[in-house]
Amino acid sequence: MLRLVNGPQTVGNGPAFWITFLVVLAGALIYPSFADPYDVGNFAYFLLWVFMALGLCLMWGYCGMLSFGQTFFFGIAGYSYGVLAINFGGGTMTFAALAIAVILAAVAAAILGYFMIWGRVGGVFFGIVTLSATLVLAFFLGQTAGPEWRIGEARLNGFNGMKGMDPLNIPWFDDETLYFEGPSLYYLAIGMIVLVYMGLRMLLNSRFGNVIVAIREDPQRAELLGYDVRKYQLVTFVIGSALAGLSGVLYTSWGQFITPSSIGLPAAAMPIVWVAFSGRGDITATMVGSFLILVAFQTIIVHSQQAALILMGAMLLVTVMVAPQGFVLGIARVAGRLFRRGPREGAEG
Amino acid sequence: MDDILQTRGLGKTFGGLNAVSDVDLSVATGEIHCLIGPNGAGKSTLFKLVVGTYPPTHGNIVFRGRDVTGQLPFQRVKEGMSIKMQTPSVFRELPVRQNLHVALQHHVARHELDREEQRLLELLELSGDAGKPAGALSHGQQQWLEIGMALALKPALLLLDEPTAGMSPEETFRTGELIKQLNGTGMTVLVVEHDMTFVRQIAQRVTVLHFGKVFARGSIEEILADKRVEEIYLGKPHEH
Repeated sequence: MLRLVNGPQTVGNGPAFWITFLVVLAGALIYPSFADPYDVGNFAYFLLWVFMALGLCLMWGYCGMLSFGQTFFFGIAGYSYGVLAINFGGGTMTFAALAIAVILAAVAAAILGYFMIWGRVGGVFFGIVTLSATLVLAFFLGQTAGPEWRIGEARLNGFNGMKGMDPLNIPWFDDETLYFEGPSLYYLAIGMIVLVYMGLRMLLNSRFGNVIVAIREDPQRAELLGYDVRKYQLVTFVIGSALAGLSGVLYTSWGQFITPSSIGLPAAAMPIVWVAFSGRGDITATMVGSFLILVAFQTIIVHSQQAALILMGAMLLVTVMVAPQGFVLGIARVAGRLFRRGPREGAEG
Repeated sequence: MDDILQTRGLGKTFGGLNAVSDVDLSVATGEIHCLIGPNGAGKSTLFKLVVGTYPPTHGNIVFRGRDVTGQLPFQRVKEGMSIKMQTPSVFRELPVRQNLHVALQHHVARHELDREEQRLLELLELSGDAGKPAGALSHGQQQWLEIGMALALKPALLLLDEPTAGMSPEETFRTGELIKQLNGTGMTVLVVEHDMTFVRQIAQRVTVLHFGKVFARGSIEEILADKRVEEIYLGKPHEH
């Protein structure tokens, strides 16, 4: 299984890449020991979005399905976590809430994906339908301000959003409880990212990965090789959407609130910008690029929200016109050529 | 000899246009069967009905004794068909070797994949281009690669829609020899073609379509001797 972490579908397969990976990971692990806890908490916030970006990269970059629905599943899982954590009474049950919330997002993706994929919705219409679902959910949640909109003890609370759920936590030594906030959330996010990243690398370099890349290139040819393209697309859509759901749970746990604005149009466009700028053709480029964009975005937004949004729009425009394959992936490929070992050649070796 | 493929009363209507009408086609196991006809005869429509791209308006398709009329293309492939469409359809951004890998991984054991890939690359004379993106190959090489992908499935019936479109005369001849070589291993081949030189090179039996209907059928010698076939190709008036 482990040999699948290297393969033709992922950039960076040689010793140099993995040494760099370990150095960066080690740096990330020791960062909280010398950084301000407030900054560590901010970094945890940046990291929790990476799952959503990786999910979109899987669907769009590898399987050719441009989904505008990442915040739809982010919202379903985020609200589900809130409802479950409040009704379960918090505590260690928050991890059960996490698991159930992500499963609910996956089930929602399976239902929506089934009707789209079996209904032969493709190309630009795939984006339109997923965006429509996202907007419907955001508008629906926005009108749930009345006291009748509650599930058990949890009030949905309209545009003000749901709040009051416990963050993720587990029992700790000396009858203490470890709440995943600040540095502990940071470490949890790092651990989950490593697991998801390695899992995706193995998936993409497996037979399944070969097929979804082939589907991206030419779905009809893939079908004429005997593959049920619909099943592969659906599984990819469910995995990618469930990853958005994981981001939704971690976000809700981090802030102990979730609002419809985290689902609506501006939020739905963000993952597209991150992944397009980073390079949708590779998960490493998406992971690194999305994190860097989030850091930059958050740094600018402190001074001016408008400037940050304009920057996002400008980045998307420049990416489309100058580097349609993405800047981070482009830089990685140039670096690869400089070392006389391009990503593709490296992949084969 | 048993028929590997039969169509019975097969038809396809687009609005008011009968593209294919009541076609009874029989392809015997082990033969090279060519489906010919002038432009607009309905050859490609019939091909798409057989492979499952189009659902028929009426009639049915029997493959290896099973009615496959309601099956999707991938299900027919699993039954033993392998298909090469008219325009080259390869995974353009993927390396040539990976194109073959995707075709082979379905039914070839992991430890035999490299050897099978290499065998096909040599057969297709693409060994030197194995690392190139398929989109960087010449038109003829892409056609060959697609034929190679179809062969990778080790089909009982190889279906080729104008496999030599856009090829030079030398490439066309080589393709014909390859098809004959495959047929020599027992593979049945159904080819849609309008290049009569190529048909003469490979065909054992021929079905001629005209205005969506079967106009003539027989051995290649019988078809070549049939003046009516010559007339429809040259556009002369005829009676039938």
